[in-house]
Amino acid sequence: MANTTQMLNTVFRTCPDTGLKFHGPAENLIKANAVAAVVFLLIGGTFGLLVGLTRWQAVHLLGAEDFYLVLTAHGLNVLIFWLIFFEIAVLYFCSAVLLGCRIATPKWAWAGFALMVIGAVMNNVVVLQGNSSVMMTSYAPMEAPPLFYLSLILFAVGALIGCFVFFGTLVVAKNDKSYEGSLPLVTFGAMTAAIIAVFTIVSGAIILIPTFLWSVGLVGEIDALAYRLIWWAFGHSSQQINVAAHVSVWYAIAAILFGARPLSEKVSRTAFLMYILFLQLASAHHLLVDPGVSSNFKMFNTSYAMYLAVMASMVHGLTVPGSIEAAQRARGHRAGMFTWLRKAPWGNPTFSGMFISLVGFGFLGGITGVVMGAEQINLLIHNTLYVPGHFHATVVLGTTLAFMALTYWLVPVLFRREIIFKGLARWQPYLFGLGMTGVSLFLMGAGTLGVPRRHWDIGFAGTGGITHEFPAAAYTMLALNGLSVIVAVIGGAAFCVIIVGSLLFGRKLGDQKMEQAWIAKPVTDEEYNANGGSAYAIPGTLALAMIFFVSFALYYFINWKYLAETWGIS
Amino acid sequence: MSDHDSDQSGPVPMMQKLLDNPFLLLFIGVASPALIYLVWGLAEIFTVPAR
Repeated sequence: MANTTQMLNTVFRTCPDTGLKFHGPAENLIKANAVAAVVFLLIGGTFGLLVGLTRWQAVHLLGAEDFYLVLTAHGLNVLIFWLIFFEIAVLYFCSAVLLGCRIATPKWAWAGFALMVIGAVMNNVVVLQGNSSVMMTSYAPMEAPPLFYLSLILFAVGALIGCFVFFGTLVVAKNDKSYEGSLPLVTFGAMTAAIIAVFTIVSGAIILIPTFLWSVGLVGEIDALAYRLIWWAFGHSSQQINVAAHVSVWYAIAAILFGARPLSEKVSRTAFLMYILFLQLASAHHLLVDPGVSSNFKMFNTSYAMYLAVMASMVHGLTVPGSIEAAQRARGHRAGMFTWLRKAPWGNPTFSGMFISLVGFGFLGGITGVVMGAEQINLLIHNTLYVPGHFHATVVLGTTLAFMALTYWLVPVLFRREIIFKGLARWQPYLFGLGMTGVSLFLMGAGTLGVPRRHWDIGFAGTGGITHEFPAAAYTMLALNGLSVIVAVIGGAAFCVIIVGSLLFGRKLGDQKMEQAWIAKPVTDEEYNANGGSAYAIPGTLALAMIFFVSFALYYFINWKYLAETWGIS
Repeated sequence: MSDHDSDQSGPVPMMQKLLDNPFLLLFIGVASPALIYLVWGLAEIFTVPAR
């Protein structure tokens, strides 16, 4: 018995600042995945700068061949490698650490990590060799070398192993009785992400394995329409893993910084259930002009079913700031409608990053996603730069910024190092958020003017006869996008410098407690019920929600007006 | 504040049982989009008349 206790003490450590219990192998796996994520963010972000500077017509940095190579590398590194590595870290954190148990099958987890690293590195090498510039979508019959598909398959298998290690850890926690009752909400959100990830990766396998076999000559033909349908179950659903993961991060940060409890766990869990049921169906909006599927299929998937997932996002968008408002009011910030928000720690990058992520995801990513999902108005912007504008709002402003925000909190907890360049860290979320807001808005602006998303040069140089001229405003939009890219890249680079610098040179904390409290005490029932239970009222959040609804309705109907102007009715 | 209370006595509601079962949720989360999106979509694509 004494031996077992001694052994457990060497495998587990308790964080002096947060009281969280870390299982050694889980901790090492979280660190490895998080570090790999930041490395691929750095690589992908650098490629993103080159893309932005090429789309800026006055600069037009790269030639056509290099542009498509760099665009392929940018998409895969940031949309797949950075995010999924970080998500695996989040899954392990939300299971082994938040449930205070050992991680299941650490050897398998390391094998999964190794496969992911091999796949990601191999993919970069193959793409940089120059004959895999098929972009992230790699639409068949456009063909890349077999190693391109193999690298993605290896990465996907590694990530799938990570998901099953997560599910295994839930079983370990239940058997060890390390938690009672239901899973904590943040872990439940992470589980939602893992479920979506399993569907995503299985879909990827269904399409990438035959495509790999086709590339080596063992399969005669890949049906182009079927490829698109199945590929988007992989390509778009992978972005829905991000949504579920970053919403979980929002809830986690609300609890960490404010001691906030969700307004209603039942409602929040039901919203996650709606993600599980419906979020993946948004993949169909990529097929809205495809001839092979019917309007019934398109409308059911992108409207009727998908709107239930949109409603779930709106529930989270209300309950996360609502829970912060309630906690702030319970702690004394009751005056007026927005004192709770004014008194929030805006100088703490964990909070500012999370809040900018929430607002950006809702107002820019969410609203435009619904517009794109409506079959009729989708025609206005289908396959234009509007689409990258939309997903830069969801995946970069929403997910990446939320992950950056959490990282600022995690570095001292996980690595026991103090964050360096605190002044720069205070500004980093604003810089990155501002730049990425610009990127999203100006790309969507150019898309609304009809600029195609996949063309290297909107002046159509060297195309031998295409004479279409875009309005001057389109060129201005692309120039403003280029400037915004520079601001965002400075913000992204600052993040990498701060985090890598902190890991290498930050003051070692060891078992020493930090000066400031690193996790807020949970708000008590007494605090919530003080002053006649006024903390239960959340007028500020409701006012913000009303602003959101008005913006949503206005923007939706403006697009219908655009459509009406496109095809006049006589 | 939260209305969730794991200490409540009495039978566990069906919905709660569902939400507390990760593997049932995993099955639903994979089967549901597989049917509604993949199977339905592929059925339509492969039944398009050849010419």
